[in-house]
Amino acid sequence: MIIFKRQTTEKTMQWLFFTIAAASIVILIMIMIFLFIEGIPIFKKISIINFIFGKYWYPTSSPPDFGILPLITASIVVTFLSSLIAVPLGVMTAIYLSEIASTTMREIVKPVVEMLAALPSVVIGFFGMVVFAPFLQETFDIATGLNMFNASIMLAFMAIPTICSISEDAISSVPKTLKEASLSLGATHFETITRVVLPAALSGITTGVILGMARVIGETMVVLMVAGGAALMPSSIFDPVRPMPASIAAEMAEAPFRGDHYFALFATGIVLFIFTFAFNMIADYISNKYKQSGERV
Amino acid sequence: MQNIYFHKRRKIVEKIFFGIFRLSSAINALALFIIIYFIVGKGMQAISWTFLTEMPTDSMTKGGILPCIIGTFILSLCSIGIAFPIGVSSAIYLNEYAKSGTVLRIIRLCINNLAGVPSVVFGLFGLAFFVIWLNLGVSLISGSLTLAVLTLPVIIGATEEALKAVPHTYREASLALGATKWQTIYKVVLPTALPGILTGGILGLARAAGETAPIMFTAAVFYNPSLPSSIFSKIMALPYHIYVLATAGTEIEKTRPLQYGTALVLIVLVLGMNLIAIIYRSKLRRRMR
Repeated sequence: MIIFKRQTTEKTMQWLFFTIAAASIVILIMIMIFLFIEGIPIFKKISIINFIFGKYWYPTSSPPDFGILPLITASIVVTFLSSLIAVPLGVMTAIYLSEIASTTMREIVKPVVEMLAALPSVVIGFFGMVVFAPFLQETFDIATGLNMFNASIMLAFMAIPTICSISEDAISSVPKTLKEASLSLGATHFETITRVVLPAALSGITTGVILGMARVIGETMVVLMVAGGAALMPSSIFDPVRPMPASIAAEMAEAPFRGDHYFALFATGIVLFIFTFAFNMIADYISNKYKQSGERV
Repeated sequence: MQNIYFHKRRKIVEKIFFGIFRLSSAINALALFIIIYFIVGKGMQAISWTFLTEMPTDSMTKGGILPCIIGTFILSLCSIGIAFPIGVSSAIYLNEYAKSGTVLRIIRLCINNLAGVPSVVFGLFGLAFFVIWLNLGVSLISGSLTLAVLTLPVIIGATEEALKAVPHTYREASLALGATKWQTIYKVVLPTALPGILTGGILGLARAAGETAPIMFTAAVFYNPSLPSSIFSKIMALPYHIYVLATAGTEIEKTRPLQYGTALVLIVLVLGMNLIAIIYRSKLRRRMR
């Protein structure tokens, strides 16, 4: 009798935990559903092609223009520019942490990277606005320090921790035997890192880079406060821009409830979601497909 | 002879590149230092007892930030209150019950994707679902639920790590004594993993406290003359307060010290919690070894 009762409890608990774990699936699906419910109606007014490739975003003028190409361009360019800074810095820091640093230095540098990751985005945006923007304005003698360049640098430091910690995990799980083999053949430590360790850890590093870029393209507060806010096609890196998240965050409060503008912002949210979703799927694909050398399957 | 030169050159190349690697780590530290230096340096001037304990006055240009501090505390505690049980249970399923297969892969994929959803999209979801569809309005509860969804992957990740650190021999010993799986989890695995799980909770709390975009449309308001009295109150929060004062206020320059002060309070809160978690975790790891 007791055993029977215990087994019922067992089954119940297992189902309970499964149901709760399935919540993540439900939530993700619900996010998609609600984005679509509130975003699709705009496509009665404007075709998907004109929405995505329209060059003008003037949602409040009459008649309004709902073309988000400038916003998409801004998001992509900002992500690209910040990757130029974040990828080398993040990966090199990861190499330093896992291959070169002494235990003491590790204990200092690793928390630094973790703290960088923990800084609230609004604080980084605020810093970019009140400290870095005036500095840029004076140094480069430009009209405004709130521009694409500033946003890219601020975003780079938000991507570095992601890139660094995932790359570091990948590098440190490269089997010791591979390294020892290379060293015993007479290669220097540096040659071992570039010719053996990095190629072996490449899939992990790529995953880190993609997830870092996903974080940048979705980051809201920094681009909202620092990118300048002009919904125009950028022609120089010192132009103010308005990436997708900034547009959504800045305009949602003013958009009339369930008006065209409101629907258009949700549709922009769909595009943004598709971008980050794609980044995440690619990262997942790479980390599954190219299992790290020497990793136990 | 040539060989020696060749070898020397290789050594020099190594020195140069290791120097570059060191430098790049130093750049991170420098960036963190500069940000903290400016916020702390200028924020300290604004901090006073009245700043921390009084309501804003003179249409937000003077006075304190008490409602924002309280708002942020309540908001992040409520969201963790919701996300913590769900996150821990999910992690228990993933690490203790699930067998590798399609179901597990799909759940993991969803959690990874959930972790990658942009914060402003969580805001849109919160607006469409909690605020409008469930008709909860712009309120503490809508904001907490939205933040709970956002912190869920953080808690799941940390809890899983804690569960993985429990040696398999513990589970085997318990099972060998005739305990069922649930008894083993409840009496052996969870108590051992508890400190690690709590660390995850603290990290989730810090994350929720620092987020702005998800609460912009769901919970936060520019000014609320009274402190929150129910879960349906609109609330003020530190991150949103910084954003509003720095971008939308009528006297942006005049309120600069208030902005720095608020930013300082926020980073002390968030980095403080993170530091506690980091130190605690490294202690745990050392003990585990």
